[in-house]
Amino acid sequence: MSAEGEPPRGLRAWLDERLGLSALTALAREKTVPLHRHTAWYYLGGMTLFLFTVQVVTGILLLLYYRSSADEAFESVQFIMTRVPFGWLVRSIHSWSANLLVLVALVHMFSVFLLKAYRRPREVTWFTGVLLLFLMLGFGFSGYLLPWNTLAFFATQVGTEVAGAVPVVGRFLLRFLRGGDQVTGGTLTRFYGIHVAVLPALTTLVLAAHLLLVQRHGMSVPESQHAARTGRPARSVPFFPNFLVRDAIGWSAAVGVLAALAALFPWDLGEKADPFAPAPAGIRPEWYFAWMFQTLKWLPAHVLGVEGELVGLFAFGVGGLLLILVPLLDSGGRPGRSHALIVLGWVVVVYAAAATAAVYLNAASG
Amino acid sequence: LTRRRLLDWFLGTSLGAMCLSALYPVARYVTPPDVPEAPTNRALAARDGELKPNEARVFRFGSHPGLLVRDADGGYRAFEATCTHLSCTVQYRPDLKQIWCACHNGFYDMNGRNVSGPPPRPLQQYAVHVANGEVVVSRA
Repeated sequence: MSAEGEPPRGLRAWLDERLGLSALTALAREKTVPLHRHTAWYYLGGMTLFLFTVQVVTGILLLLYYRSSADEAFESVQFIMTRVPFGWLVRSIHSWSANLLVLVALVHMFSVFLLKAYRRPREVTWFTGVLLLFLMLGFGFSGYLLPWNTLAFFATQVGTEVAGAVPVVGRFLLRFLRGGDQVTGGTLTRFYGIHVAVLPALTTLVLAAHLLLVQRHGMSVPESQHAARTGRPARSVPFFPNFLVRDAIGWSAAVGVLAALAALFPWDLGEKADPFAPAPAGIRPEWYFAWMFQTLKWLPAHVLGVEGELVGLFAFGVGGLLLILVPLLDSGGRPGRSHALIVLGWVVVVYAAAATAAVYLNAASG
Repeated sequence: LTRRRLLDWFLGTSLGAMCLSALYPVARYVTPPDVPEAPTNRALAARDGELKPNEARVFRFGSHPGLLVRDADGGYRAFEATCTHLSCTVQYRPDLKQIWCACHNGFYDMNGRNVSGPPPRPLQQYAVHVANGEVVVSRA
């Protein structure tokens, strides 16, 4: 840095004096990524972040043509898909990327769970991560309604009705989400506001916290890969530029996959929602809600005198809470408890996979 | 009680009151107002003869959907078309002679009774009157 009073030489020095860039580059140089046999899992966080960026960019592009009223929403998406140059590409990438984002985020979370990277001092990193997952599911649920098609209409009807079954605050939640007693154009406007303003604002805050914490604590090295256990010296690679370049290879592959999916399987628009038409056969939500959907289907009308949907809702609530509390459940380093948690995690994953498969097998068999 | 503690208390409570006075209107604003709706007691569901036996249609009953079914004998039955499980709109299945909700595979019989799947309660049945070539449905 040049001394005060002496004019700086060159643009870089000029900017550095005003913005303190060298402190940032020093920080970037300090960050390293450990190398071991589980290093591959470290790419998933960056991949999730990349797909989120794709969502922000394509989402802003869709905003230029989308209209958020019941009379115009479906037609405006149709216009994007058929008339706007590359509109089909932008919308299809937005939809495909949303699905991949949830998938990669889930795998990212499960890898962190299995590698026990949530342990002290990274508990809060885990909390913010689970919160981000819930926010992404909120994006998925609110965005699903925006094209105002039949599937979305009934998915929203069911989803908000489930929220309405919550004891005590249910009715408030249902009316708050629907903007009234029924799913109407008012619901669409509300979901639009939630999708493009409320959730992005919240996500920005939680994402910033998540990234700061990752930066602060560095990458977690699984116990089995500690130098004391492996008998080999710990190896690492600088984050900038080495790891970032590898990240970038993954990201460019993701762009290719997205473009291919969008071109080969453009996202369907379906039929315009008609509040006075029966729910069509074969109706189902997005795949990441399918296991809950199937659970509600499997549950009988009454379980021990309680309405089946309430039992399901209670189970989902407890599941979500347990997910958040994972680092606290595994505290104290008791191997038995830690092992039980891993078994429970696998049971949940196997159940969710089986329920999801049941939804798609049902659909295939008609 | 020191002067400092007292001042802190005043400052704290006024800040709290200020936040509350800002949050209260916001909380009220996001809760949608109750829009009073004139209760619908009757609706024209179809013209007589529009439906063949073993056919059905969804009609508007105020702001809710209703289901008018013509059974195999030519008689009419009408129900609230909102599934008692999670509020999807039900439909008539001529192949099974039952009312079906596609969302979670719930079935009701021709009297609106929930016979299988997750629905916890029967469908509300409406009274049907046929007069002057019109099928009029009213709350029973």
